[in-house]
Amino acid sequence: MKRVALYGAALGFVLFAGFPFYWMLITAFKQNRDLYVGASDLRHVPWIFNDPPTLEHVRLLFGQTEFPRWVLNTLVVVAVVVIITVAVAVPAGYSLARLAGRWGERMGMGIFFTYLIPPTLLFVPFSRLVSLLGLQNSLGALILIYPTMTIPFCTWLVMGFLRSVPWEIEEQAMIDGYSRLAVILKVAPRLIVPGILTVVVFTFTLVMQEFVYALTFISSVERMTVSLGVPIALVRGDVYHWGALMAAALFTSIPLAIVYNLFIDRFIQGFTMGAVKG
Amino acid sequence: MTTRRTLADREEVLAGVMLAPALAYVILLVGVPFVMAIVLSFSDATAGSLSFGWAGFRNYAAILADPIFLRALRNTGVVTVGSQVLVVILATAAAQVLRATFRGKRFARFVLLLPWAVPVSLAAIAWTWIFDSTFSVITWTLKAAGLLHGWLYWLGEPGLALTAIIIVQAWRIFPFATVIVLAGLSSIPQEIVEAAIVDGAGFWRRLFRVELPLLLPVVTVAVLFGVVYTATDLGVVYILTGGGPANTTHVLPTLAFQRGILGADLGQGAAIAVFLLPFLIVVAVAMLRLARRAEVGGGAQ
Repeated sequence: MKRVALYGAALGFVLFAGFPFYWMLITAFKQNRDLYVGASDLRHVPWIFNDPPTLEHVRLLFGQTEFPRWVLNTLVVVAVVVIITVAVAVPAGYSLARLAGRWGERMGMGIFFTYLIPPTLLFVPFSRLVSLLGLQNSLGALILIYPTMTIPFCTWLVMGFLRSVPWEIEEQAMIDGYSRLAVILKVAPRLIVPGILTVVVFTFTLVMQEFVYALTFISSVERMTVSLGVPIALVRGDVYHWGALMAAALFTSIPLAIVYNLFIDRFIQGFTMGAVKG
Repeated sequence: MTTRRTLADREEVLAGVMLAPALAYVILLVGVPFVMAIVLSFSDATAGSLSFGWAGFRNYAAILADPIFLRALRNTGVVTVGSQVLVVILATAAAQVLRATFRGKRFARFVLLLPWAVPVSLAAIAWTWIFDSTFSVITWTLKAAGLLHGWLYWLGEPGLALTAIIIVQAWRIFPFATVIVLAGLSSIPQEIVEAAIVDGAGFWRRLFRVELPLLLPVVTVAVLFGVVYTATDLGVVYILTGGGPANTTHVLPTLAFQRGILGADLGQGAAIAVFLLPFLIVVAVAMLRLARRAEVGGGAQ
Protein backbone atom coordinates (compact mmCIF):
# COMPACT_ATOMS: atom_id res chain seq x y z
CA MET A 1 0.00 0.00 0.00
CA LYS A 2 2.75 2.38 0.97
CA ARG A 3 4.69 1.46 -2.17
CA VAL A 4 1.65 2.15 -4.32
CA ALA A 5 1.28 5.62 -2.79
CA LEU A 6 4.97 6.28 -3.33
CA TYR A 7 4.93 5.24 -6.99
CA GLY A 8 1.70 7.12 -7.50
CA ALA A 9 3.18 10.31 -6.08
CA ALA A 10 6.41 9.88 -8.06
CA LEU A 11 4.42 9.36 -11.25
CA GLY A 12 2.32 12.43 -10.52
CA PHE A 13 5.38 14.63 -10.10
CA VAL A 14 7.05 13.23 -13.20
CA LEU A 15 3.91 13.90 -15.24
CA PHE A 16 3.54 17.46 -13.92
CA ALA A 17 7.21 18.37 -14.36
CA GLY A 18 7.74 16.51 -17.62
CA PHE A 19 4.49 17.13 -19.45
CA PRO A 20 5.59 20.36 -21.23
CA PHE A 21 8.71 18.56 -22.42
CA TYR A 22 6.68 15.67 -23.75
CA TRP A 23 4.55 18.26 -25.48
CA MET A 24 7.64 19.92 -27.00
CA LEU A 25 8.81 16.53 -28.25
CA ILE A 26 5.55 15.47 -29.82
CA THR A 27 4.93 18.91 -31.35
CA ALA A 28 8.41 19.09 -32.83
CA PHE A 29 7.94 15.90 -34.85
CA LYS A 30 4.27 16.00 -35.75
CA GLN A 31 3.03 16.70 -39.25
CA ASN A 32 1.09 19.95 -39.53
CA ARG A 33 -2.21 18.26 -40.36
CA ASP A 34 -1.79 16.16 -37.20
CA LEU A 35 -0.74 19.23 -35.18
CA TYR A 36 -3.36 21.78 -36.07
CA VAL A 37 -6.55 19.98 -35.20
CA GLY A 38 -8.74 22.03 -32.88
CA ALA A 39 -9.29 20.83 -29.33
CA SER A 40 -13.02 20.62 -30.06
CA ASP A 41 -12.46 17.53 -32.24
CA LEU A 42 -12.70 14.86 -29.57
CA ARG A 43 -12.01 11.97 -31.98
CA HIS A 44 -8.51 13.25 -32.72
CA VAL A 45 -6.26 12.39 -29.76
CA PRO A 46 -3.54 15.08 -29.53
CA TRP A 47 -1.34 13.11 -27.11
CA ILE A 48 -0.07 10.67 -29.74
CA PHE A 49 1.22 10.63 -33.31
CA ASN A 50 -1.85 10.10 -35.48
CA ASP A 51 0.28 10.47 -38.61
CA PRO A 52 3.90 9.30 -38.95
CA PRO A 53 6.47 11.66 -37.34
CA THR A 54 8.27 14.12 -39.59
CA LEU A 55 11.53 16.06 -39.60
CA GLU A 56 10.12 19.00 -41.54
CA HIS A 57 10.07 21.33 -38.50
CA VAL A 58 13.64 20.46 -37.58
CA ARG A 59 14.71 21.11 -41.17
CA LEU A 60 12.87 24.43 -41.15
CA LEU A 61 14.53 25.39 -37.86
CA PHE A 62 18.07 24.66 -39.00
CA GLY A 63 17.70 25.55 -42.67
CA GLN A 64 15.39 28.53 -42.90
CA THR A 65 15.59 30.35 -39.59
CA GLU A 66 18.31 32.21 -37.76
CA PHE A 67 18.46 29.52 -35.10
CA PRO A 68 22.02 28.34 -35.93
CA ARG A 69 23.10 31.97 -35.79
CA TRP A 70 21.52 32.40 -32.35
CA VAL A 71 23.31 29.31 -31.08
CA LEU A 72 26.58 30.79 -32.31
CA ASN A 73 25.84 34.18 -30.69
CA THR A 74 24.98 32.47 -27.43
CA LEU A 75 28.22 30.48 -27.46
CA VAL A 76 30.26 33.63 -28.10
CA VAL A 77 28.62 35.40 -25.17
CA VAL A 78 29.04 32.29 -22.98
CA ALA A 79 32.75 32.06 -23.81
CA VAL A 80 33.57 35.69 -23.06
CA VAL A 81 31.41 35.88 -19.94
CA VAL A 82 32.97 32.66 -18.63
CA ILE A 83 36.45 34.13 -19.08
CA ILE A 84 35.51 37.37 -17.31
CA THR A 85 33.73 35.55 -14.51
CA VAL A 86 36.54 33.10 -13.83
CA ALA A 87 39.16 35.85 -13.98
CA VAL A 88 37.26 38.05 -11.54
CA ALA A 89 35.30 35.73 -9.25
CA VAL A 90 37.87 33.02 -8.57
CA PRO A 91 40.57 35.34 -7.14
CA ALA A 92 37.89 37.20 -5.21
CA GLY A 93 36.52 33.98 -3.73
CA TYR A 94 40.03 32.88 -2.78
CA SER A 95 40.75 36.23 -1.23
CA LEU A 96 37.60 36.11 0.89
CA ALA A 97 38.11 32.52 2.00
CA ARG A 98 41.84 32.49 2.66
CA LEU A 99 43.24 35.99 2.97
CA ALA A 100 40.62 38.39 4.20
CA GLY A 101 40.29 36.83 7.63
CA ARG A 102 37.40 37.82 9.84
CA TRP A 103 35.63 40.23 7.51
CA GLY A 104 35.86 37.84 4.54
CA GLU A 105 32.60 36.11 5.41
CA ARG A 106 30.71 39.37 5.88
CA MET A 107 32.08 40.82 2.67
CA GLY A 108 31.26 37.62 0.80
CA MET A 109 27.69 37.81 1.99
CA GLY A 110 27.52 41.46 0.94
CA ILE A 111 28.67 40.55 -2.57
CA PHE A 112 26.27 37.63 -2.66
CA PHE A 113 23.34 39.88 -1.79
CA THR A 114 23.86 41.90 -4.94
CA TYR A 115 22.84 38.71 -6.77
CA LEU A 116 19.36 39.32 -5.38
CA ILE A 117 19.03 42.68 -7.15
CA PRO A 118 17.04 41.65 -10.20
CA PRO A 119 17.54 42.58 -13.86
CA THR A 120 14.04 44.02 -13.90
CA LEU A 121 15.12 46.72 -11.44
CA LEU A 122 18.36 47.47 -13.27
CA PHE A 123 17.33 47.39 -16.93
CA VAL A 124 16.17 50.99 -16.92
CA PRO A 125 19.49 52.49 -15.73
CA PHE A 126 21.41 49.98 -17.85
CA SER A 127 19.56 51.09 -20.97
CA ARG A 128 20.98 54.57 -20.35
CA LEU A 129 24.48 53.22 -19.70
CA VAL A 130 24.35 51.04 -22.80
CA SER A 131 23.37 53.95 -25.03
CA LEU A 132 26.10 56.12 -23.45
CA LEU A 133 28.65 53.46 -24.37
CA GLY A 134 27.15 53.02 -27.84
CA LEU A 135 26.49 49.33 -27.22
CA GLN A 136 22.83 49.29 -28.26
CA ASN A 137 21.89 46.22 -30.22
CA SER A 138 25.29 44.64 -29.68
CA LEU A 139 26.40 41.43 -27.99
CA GLY A 140 28.90 43.70 -26.22
CA ALA A 141 26.08 44.98 -24.02
CA LEU A 142 25.32 41.44 -22.86
CA ILE A 143 29.00 40.66 -22.34
CA LEU A 144 29.35 43.77 -20.19
CA ILE A 145 26.24 43.16 -18.11
CA TYR A 146 25.97 39.38 -17.63
CA PRO A 147 28.96 39.29 -15.27
CA THR A 148 26.95 41.46 -12.87
CA MET A 149 24.87 38.33 -12.31
CA THR A 150 27.60 35.70 -12.48
CA ILE A 151 30.33 37.39 -10.43
CA PRO A 152 28.40 37.75 -7.14
CA PHE A 153 27.12 34.20 -7.16
CA CYS A 154 30.38 32.66 -8.34
CA THR A 155 32.50 34.56 -5.82
CA TRP A 156 30.25 33.13 -3.16
CA LEU A 157 30.46 29.63 -4.68
CA VAL A 158 34.26 29.68 -4.80
CA MET A 159 34.47 31.00 -1.26
CA GLY A 160 32.17 28.23 -0.01
CA PHE A 161 34.04 25.64 -2.03
CA LEU A 162 37.40 26.64 -0.57
CA ARG A 163 36.08 26.30 2.95
CA SER A 164 35.69 22.60 2.25
CA VAL A 165 39.28 22.31 0.96
CA PRO A 166 41.75 21.66 3.79
CA TRP A 167 44.15 24.48 4.43
CA GLU A 168 47.02 22.07 5.23
CA ILE A 169 48.28 21.67 1.66
CA GLU A 170 48.79 25.39 1.24
CA GLU A 171 50.19 25.67 4.76
CA GLN A 172 52.69 22.91 4.06
CA ALA A 173 53.81 24.70 0.88
CA MET A 174 54.48 27.83 2.92
CA ILE A 175 56.44 25.87 5.49
CA ASP A 176 58.42 24.48 2.54
CA GLY A 177 59.44 28.03 1.72
CA TYR A 178 56.87 29.19 -0.80
CA SER A 179 55.82 32.80 -0.43
CA ARG A 180 52.13 33.51 0.04
CA LEU A 181 51.96 34.73 -3.56
CA ALA A 182 53.73 31.63 -4.85
CA VAL A 183 51.19 29.46 -3.03
CA ILE A 184 48.40 31.36 -4.75
CA LEU A 185 50.00 31.07 -8.18
CA LYS A 186 51.37 27.53 -8.01
CA VAL A 187 49.54 25.51 -5.38
CA ALA A 188 46.05 26.96 -5.12
CA PRO A 189 44.98 26.63 -8.79
CA ARG A 190 45.22 22.84 -8.61
CA LEU A 191 43.08 22.74 -5.49
CA ILE A 192 40.49 25.05 -6.95
CA VAL A 193 39.84 23.27 -10.27
CA PRO A 194 36.51 21.67 -9.24
CA GLY A 195 35.37 25.06 -7.98
CA ILE A 196 36.29 26.67 -11.30
CA LEU A 197 34.36 23.98 -13.14
CA THR A 198 31.27 24.84 -11.11
CA VAL A 199 31.76 28.50 -11.96
CA VAL A 200 31.98 27.69 -15.67
CA VAL A 201 28.85 25.57 -15.57
CA PHE A 202 26.87 28.12 -13.57
CA THR A 203 27.87 30.87 -15.99
CA PHE A 204 26.97 28.71 -18.97
CA THR A 205 23.49 27.94 -17.62
CA LEU A 206 22.85 31.53 -16.61
CA VAL A 207 23.79 32.96 -20.00
CA MET A 208 21.71 30.30 -21.75
CA GLN A 209 18.70 31.21 -19.62
CA GLU A 210 18.91 35.00 -19.50
CA PHE A 211 16.05 36.76 -21.23
CA VAL A 212 15.45 40.22 -19.71
CA TYR A 213 18.67 41.98 -20.70
CA ALA A 214 18.72 40.33 -24.11
CA LEU A 215 15.17 41.54 -24.73
CA THR A 216 16.07 45.04 -23.59
CA PHE A 217 19.26 45.52 -25.56
CA ILE A 218 19.12 43.34 -28.68
CA SER A 219 16.71 44.32 -31.41
CA SER A 220 18.03 42.87 -34.66
CA VAL A 221 17.21 39.26 -35.30
CA GLU A 222 20.71 38.27 -36.40
CA ARG A 223 22.24 39.39 -33.09
CA MET A 224 19.84 37.53 -30.80
CA THR A 225 20.69 34.77 -28.40
CA VAL A 226 18.74 31.49 -28.30
CA SER A 227 16.59 32.33 -25.29
CA LEU A 228 15.54 35.61 -26.94
CA GLY A 229 15.34 34.61 -30.59
CA VAL A 230 13.22 31.50 -30.18
CA PRO A 231 10.24 33.05 -28.38
CA ILE A 232 10.49 36.47 -30.05
CA ALA A 233 11.70 36.01 -33.61
CA LEU A 234 10.47 32.55 -34.61
CA VAL A 235 7.03 34.07 -34.48
CA ARG A 236 6.53 35.64 -37.92
CA GLY A 237 3.87 38.28 -37.65
CA ASP A 238 0.99 36.41 -36.12
CA VAL A 239 2.03 33.04 -37.47
CA TYR A 240 3.56 30.75 -34.87
CA HIS A 241 5.64 27.92 -36.32
CA TRP A 242 4.87 25.72 -33.34
CA GLY A 243 6.74 22.70 -34.67
CA ALA A 244 9.99 24.60 -35.17
CA LEU A 245 9.47 26.55 -31.94
CA MET A 246 9.11 23.41 -29.86
CA ALA A 247 12.03 21.76 -31.65
CA ALA A 248 14.20 24.74 -30.71
CA ALA A 249 12.99 24.68 -27.10
CA LEU A 250 13.68 20.96 -26.91
CA PHE A 251 17.19 21.08 -28.40
CA THR A 252 18.16 23.91 -26.08
CA SER A 253 16.77 22.22 -23.00
CA ILE A 254 18.55 18.90 -23.42
CA PRO A 255 22.17 20.05 -22.82
CA LEU A 256 21.04 22.27 -19.96
CA ALA A 257 19.12 19.45 -18.33
CA ILE A 258 22.13 17.15 -18.46
CA VAL A 259 24.46 19.78 -17.04
CA TYR A 260 21.98 20.64 -14.30
CA ASN A 261 21.60 17.05 -13.27
CA LEU A 262 25.35 16.81 -12.74
CA PHE A 263 25.87 20.09 -10.92
CA ILE A 264 22.68 20.84 -9.04
CA ASP A 265 24.06 19.81 -5.65
CA ARG A 266 26.97 22.24 -5.94
CA PHE A 267 24.65 25.11 -6.88
CA ILE A 268 22.34 24.28 -4.00
CA GLN A 269 25.19 24.53 -1.53
CA GLY A 270 25.57 28.09 -2.71
CA PHE A 271 21.87 28.89 -2.34
CA THR A 272 21.39 27.46 1.13
CA MET A 273 24.23 29.64 2.52
CA GLY A 274 25.00 27.56 5.55
CA ALA A 275 21.33 27.21 6.52
CA VAL A 276 22.00 23.55 5.83
CA LYS A 277 24.92 22.14 7.74
CA GLY A 278 25.94 18.74 6.41
CA MET B 1 61.02 30.22 11.84
CA THR B 2 62.12 33.66 10.77
CA THR B 3 59.42 35.65 9.09
CA ARG B 4 60.37 37.27 5.85
CA ARG B 5 57.70 39.78 5.08
CA THR B 6 58.08 40.78 1.49
CA LEU B 7 55.22 42.14 -0.58
CA ALA B 8 54.52 38.59 -1.74
CA ASP B 9 53.74 37.61 1.84
CA ARG B 10 51.52 40.47 2.89
CA GLU B 11 48.09 38.90 3.05
CA GLU B 12 46.12 42.11 3.34
CA VAL B 13 47.72 43.48 0.18
CA LEU B 14 47.12 40.26 -1.74
CA ALA B 15 43.57 40.10 -0.41
CA GLY B 16 42.87 43.61 -1.64
CA VAL B 17 44.41 43.07 -5.06
CA MET B 18 42.53 39.83 -5.69
CA LEU B 19 39.24 41.22 -4.47
CA ALA B 20 39.46 44.58 -6.25
CA PRO B 21 38.16 43.56 -9.71
CA ALA B 22 35.10 41.83 -8.28
CA LEU B 23 34.37 44.74 -5.96
CA ALA B 24 34.82 47.23 -8.80
CA TYR B 25 32.44 45.26 -11.02
CA VAL B 26 29.82 44.97 -8.32
CA ILE B 27 30.04 48.60 -7.25
CA LEU B 28 30.18 50.12 -10.75
CA LEU B 29 27.72 47.83 -12.49
CA VAL B 30 25.32 46.85 -9.71
CA GLY B 31 25.66 49.46 -6.98
CA VAL B 32 25.72 52.55 -9.19
CA PRO B 33 22.88 51.36 -11.48
CA PHE B 34 20.87 50.47 -8.37
CA VAL B 35 21.19 54.05 -7.11
CA MET B 36 20.54 55.29 -10.65
CA ALA B 37 17.32 53.28 -10.77
CA ILE B 38 16.06 55.18 -7.77
CA VAL B 39 17.37 58.55 -9.02
CA LEU B 40 15.80 58.01 -12.45
CA SER B 41 12.43 57.36 -10.85
CA PHE B 42 12.47 61.02 -9.72
CA SER B 43 13.42 62.32 -13.16
CA ASP B 44 11.81 63.02 -16.49
CA ALA B 45 14.51 61.12 -18.40
CA THR B 46 13.53 59.54 -21.71
CA ALA B 47 15.32 56.96 -23.81
CA GLY B 48 15.55 59.26 -26.82
CA SER B 49 17.85 61.89 -25.32
CA LEU B 50 20.39 61.96 -22.54
CA SER B 51 18.80 65.00 -20.92
CA PHE B 52 17.88 64.74 -17.30
CA GLY B 53 15.56 66.89 -15.23
CA TRP B 54 14.06 66.53 -11.79
CA ALA B 55 10.45 65.56 -11.75
CA GLY B 56 10.06 65.22 -8.00
CA PHE B 57 7.27 62.80 -7.16
CA ARG B 58 5.48 63.33 -10.48
CA ASN B 59 6.22 59.82 -11.76
CA TYR B 60 4.98 58.29 -8.53
CA ALA B 61 1.86 60.46 -8.54
CA ALA B 62 1.20 59.41 -12.13
CA ILE B 63 1.52 55.67 -11.56
CA LEU B 64 -0.35 55.67 -8.24
CA ALA B 65 -3.31 57.27 -10.04
CA ASP B 66 -3.07 54.70 -12.83
CA PRO B 67 -5.43 51.71 -12.52
CA ILE B 68 -3.17 49.63 -14.77
CA PHE B 69 -0.28 50.09 -12.35
CA LEU B 70 -2.41 49.31 -9.29
CA ARG B 71 -3.61 46.18 -11.04
CA ALA B 72 -0.02 45.20 -11.87
CA LEU B 73 1.00 45.72 -8.25
CA ARG B 74 -1.85 43.53 -7.08
CA ASN B 75 -1.09 40.89 -9.73
CA THR B 76 2.54 40.76 -8.63
CA GLY B 77 1.42 40.07 -5.07
CA VAL B 78 -1.20 37.51 -6.10
CA VAL B 79 1.12 35.64 -8.46
CA THR B 80 4.00 35.63 -5.97
CA VAL B 81 1.96 34.44 -2.99
CA GLY B 82 -0.13 32.01 -5.04
CA SER B 83 2.80 30.36 -6.74
CA GLN B 84 4.90 30.15 -3.56
CA VAL B 85 2.11 28.46 -1.61
CA LEU B 86 1.95 25.86 -4.39
CA VAL B 87 5.74 25.61 -4.41
CA VAL B 88 5.97 24.87 -0.68
CA ILE B 89 3.32 22.15 -0.88
CA LEU B 90 4.73 20.56 -4.03
CA ALA B 91 8.35 20.78 -2.87
CA THR B 92 7.85 19.24 0.58
CA ALA B 93 5.83 16.43 -0.99
CA ALA B 94 8.28 15.87 -3.83
CA ALA B 95 11.20 15.85 -1.40
CA GLN B 96 9.50 13.11 0.64
CA VAL B 97 9.12 11.08 -2.55
CA LEU B 98 12.69 11.60 -3.73
CA ARG B 99 14.06 10.70 -0.30
CA ALA B 100 12.61 7.22 -0.54
CA THR B 101 14.33 4.59 -2.63
CA PHE B 102 12.40 3.15 -5.55
CA ARG B 103 12.95 1.85 -9.06
CA GLY B 104 13.38 4.63 -11.59
CA LYS B 105 14.34 7.20 -8.98
CA ARG B 106 17.18 8.61 -11.06
CA PHE B 107 14.84 9.11 -13.98
CA ALA B 108 12.24 10.74 -11.73
CA ARG B 109 14.85 13.11 -10.35
CA PHE B 110 16.05 13.98 -13.85
CA VAL B 111 12.54 14.81 -15.05
CA LEU B 112 11.75 16.73 -11.87
CA LEU B 113 14.73 19.00 -12.44
CA LEU B 114 13.84 19.76 -16.06
CA PRO B 115 11.59 22.78 -15.40
CA TRP B 116 14.37 24.48 -13.47
CA ALA B 117 17.00 23.81 -16.13
CA VAL B 118 15.07 25.03 -19.15
CA PRO B 119 15.37 28.75 -19.95
CA VAL B 120 12.35 30.67 -18.65
CA SER B 121 11.54 32.11 -22.04
CA LEU B 122 11.50 28.69 -23.74
CA ALA B 123 9.37 27.16 -20.99
CA ALA B 124 7.00 30.11 -21.30
CA ILE B 125 6.64 29.66 -25.06
CA ALA B 126 5.94 25.94 -24.58
CA TRP B 127 3.21 26.80 -22.08
CA THR B 128 1.83 29.41 -24.47
CA TRP B 129 1.31 26.58 -26.93
CA ILE B 130 -0.17 24.34 -24.24
CA PHE B 131 -2.65 27.09 -23.33
CA ASP B 132 -3.42 27.96 -26.98
CA SER B 133 -6.98 29.17 -27.42
CA THR B 134 -7.78 26.73 -30.25
CA PHE B 135 -5.37 23.82 -29.84
CA SER B 136 -4.91 23.59 -26.05
CA VAL B 137 -4.25 20.00 -25.07
CA ILE B 138 -5.55 20.77 -21.57
CA THR B 139 -8.89 21.90 -22.96
CA TRP B 140 -9.04 18.78 -25.14
CA THR B 141 -8.25 16.49 -22.23
CA LEU B 142 -10.81 18.12 -19.95
CA LYS B 143 -13.46 17.87 -22.66
CA ALA B 144 -12.55 14.28 -23.50
CA ALA B 145 -12.81 13.38 -19.82
CA GLY B 146 -16.24 14.98 -19.73
CA LEU B 147 -15.16 17.55 -17.14
CA LEU B 148 -15.66 20.55 -19.39
CA HIS B 149 -18.58 21.38 -21.59
CA GLY B 150 -17.91 24.97 -22.59
CA TRP B 151 -14.56 26.33 -23.70
CA LEU B 152 -11.55 27.73 -21.85
CA TYR B 153 -9.83 30.80 -23.33
CA TRP B 154 -6.81 30.28 -21.11
CA LEU B 155 -4.84 33.40 -21.91
CA GLY B 156 -7.81 35.44 -23.07
CA GLU B 157 -9.62 35.90 -19.74
CA PRO B 158 -7.94 37.79 -16.88
CA GLY B 159 -8.82 35.24 -14.18
CA LEU B 160 -7.77 32.20 -16.20
CA ALA B 161 -4.68 33.97 -17.49
CA LEU B 162 -3.52 34.77 -13.94
CA THR B 163 -4.17 31.16 -12.96
CA ALA B 164 -2.07 30.03 -15.91
CA ILE B 165 0.73 32.40 -14.85
CA ILE B 166 0.65 31.07 -11.28
CA ILE B 167 0.77 27.47 -12.54
CA VAL B 168 3.75 28.18 -14.77
CA GLN B 169 5.66 30.03 -12.03
CA ALA B 170 5.01 27.23 -9.53
CA TRP B 171 6.00 24.64 -12.14
CA ARG B 172 9.33 26.26 -12.90
CA ILE B 173 10.33 27.01 -9.28
CA PHE B 174 9.21 23.92 -7.34
CA PRO B 175 12.09 21.72 -8.60
CA PHE B 176 14.57 24.19 -7.17
CA ALA B 177 12.70 24.25 -3.85
CA THR B 178 12.53 20.46 -3.85
CA VAL B 179 16.28 20.11 -4.11
CA ILE B 180 16.79 22.62 -1.31
CA VAL B 181 14.31 20.82 0.94
CA LEU B 182 16.02 17.50 0.10
CA ALA B 183 19.35 18.97 1.18
CA GLY B 184 17.65 20.06 4.41
CA LEU B 185 16.13 16.62 4.99
CA SER B 186 19.49 14.93 4.63
CA SER B 187 20.96 17.22 7.28
CA ILE B 188 18.38 16.30 9.96
CA PRO B 189 20.24 14.16 12.48
CA GLN B 190 19.11 10.56 12.08
CA GLU B 191 18.88 10.10 15.88
CA ILE B 192 16.04 12.60 16.11
CA VAL B 193 13.99 10.79 13.48
CA GLU B 194 14.73 7.42 15.07
CA ALA B 195 13.78 8.72 18.49
CA ALA B 196 10.46 9.83 17.07
CA ILE B 197 9.90 6.36 15.59
CA VAL B 198 10.78 4.71 18.88
CA ASP B 199 8.29 7.01 20.59
CA GLY B 200 5.66 5.64 18.23
CA ALA B 201 5.21 8.62 15.91
CA GLY B 202 3.70 7.67 12.55
CA PHE B 203 4.61 9.15 9.16
CA TRP B 204 2.32 12.20 9.38
CA ARG B 205 3.12 12.95 13.00
CA ARG B 206 6.82 12.66 12.23
CA LEU B 207 6.42 14.92 9.22
CA PHE B 208 4.48 17.70 10.92
CA ARG B 209 5.88 17.55 14.46
CA VAL B 210 9.51 16.61 13.92
CA GLU B 211 10.70 17.17 10.38
CA LEU B 212 8.84 20.26 9.21
CA PRO B 213 9.87 22.38 12.23
CA LEU B 214 13.48 21.34 11.68
CA LEU B 215 13.12 22.05 7.98
CA LEU B 216 11.71 25.50 8.53
CA PRO B 217 14.95 27.43 7.89
CA VAL B 218 15.60 25.54 4.68
CA VAL B 219 12.03 25.89 3.43
CA THR B 220 12.31 29.59 4.20
CA VAL B 221 15.43 29.86 2.03
CA ALA B 222 13.59 28.13 -0.81
CA VAL B 223 10.60 30.46 -0.47
CA LEU B 224 12.78 33.56 -0.29
CA PHE B 225 14.53 32.74 -3.54
CA GLY B 226 11.15 31.77 -4.98
CA VAL B 227 9.75 35.18 -4.06
CA VAL B 228 12.65 36.96 -5.73
CA TYR B 229 12.42 34.78 -8.85
CA THR B 230 8.65 35.20 -9.18
CA ALA B 231 8.11 38.82 -8.19
CA THR B 232 10.92 40.08 -10.41
CA ASP B 233 10.31 37.76 -13.36
CA LEU B 234 9.51 39.35 -16.69
CA GLY B 235 9.68 36.40 -19.09
CA VAL B 236 6.66 34.31 -18.11
CA VAL B 237 4.09 37.10 -18.24
CA TYR B 238 5.72 38.86 -21.19
CA ILE B 239 5.58 35.74 -23.34
CA LEU B 240 2.41 34.14 -22.02
CA THR B 241 0.07 37.15 -22.14
CA GLY B 242 2.16 40.24 -22.86
CA GLY B 243 0.18 41.84 -20.01
CA GLY B 244 -3.09 41.34 -21.84
CA PRO B 245 -5.97 41.00 -22.32
CA ALA B 246 -6.40 44.79 -22.05
CA ASN B 247 -3.50 45.25 -19.58
CA THR B 248 -5.18 43.10 -16.93
CA THR B 249 -2.34 40.64 -16.32
CA HIS B 250 0.64 42.96 -16.12
CA VAL B 251 3.06 42.49 -13.26
CA LEU B 252 5.53 45.17 -12.16
CA PRO B 253 8.42 43.99 -14.39
CA THR B 254 6.33 43.79 -17.58
CA LEU B 255 4.74 47.17 -16.94
CA ALA B 256 8.12 48.74 -16.16
CA PHE B 257 9.41 47.28 -19.42
CA GLN B 258 6.43 48.51 -21.40
CA ARG B 259 6.60 52.05 -20.05
CA GLY B 260 10.33 52.43 -19.53
CA ILE B 261 11.85 50.61 -22.51
CA LEU B 262 9.14 50.27 -25.17
CA GLY B 263 7.49 53.58 -24.22
CA ALA B 264 10.89 55.23 -23.68
CA ASP B 265 9.68 56.89 -20.44
CA LEU B 266 12.67 55.91 -18.30
CA GLY B 267 11.45 57.92 -15.31
CA GLN B 268 8.12 56.16 -15.07
CA GLY B 269 9.64 52.76 -15.87
CA ALA B 270 12.11 53.23 -13.03
CA ALA B 271 9.36 54.34 -10.63
CA ILE B 272 7.37 51.19 -11.40
CA ALA B 273 10.41 48.96 -10.91
CA VAL B 274 11.15 50.65 -7.57
CA PHE B 275 7.99 49.02 -6.23
CA LEU B 276 9.88 45.72 -6.43
CA LEU B 277 12.11 46.95 -3.62
CA PRO B 278 9.74 46.09 -0.73
CA PHE B 279 9.73 42.46 -1.92
CA LEU B 280 13.52 42.44 -2.07
CA ILE B 281 14.04 44.16 1.29
CA VAL B 282 11.79 41.67 3.07
CA VAL B 283 13.74 38.84 1.46
CA ALA B 284 17.15 40.33 2.27
CA VAL B 285 16.29 40.97 5.92
CA ALA B 286 14.89 37.48 6.34
CA MET B 287 17.99 35.94 4.77
CA LEU B 288 20.30 37.93 7.01
CA ARG B 289 18.41 36.78 10.09
CA LEU B 290 18.56 33.18 8.90
CA ALA B 291 22.26 33.44 8.20
CA ARG B 292 22.88 34.84 11.67
CA ARG B 293 20.86 32.06 13.24
CA ALA B 294 22.85 29.51 11.22
CA GLU B 295 26.06 31.07 12.57
CA VAL B 296 24.86 30.88 16.16
CA GLY B 297 23.30 27.44 15.70
CA GLY B 298 26.41 26.15 13.94
CA GLY B 299 28.54 27.24 16.88
CA ALA B 300 26.28 25.44 19.35
CA GLN B 301 26.48 22.11 17.55
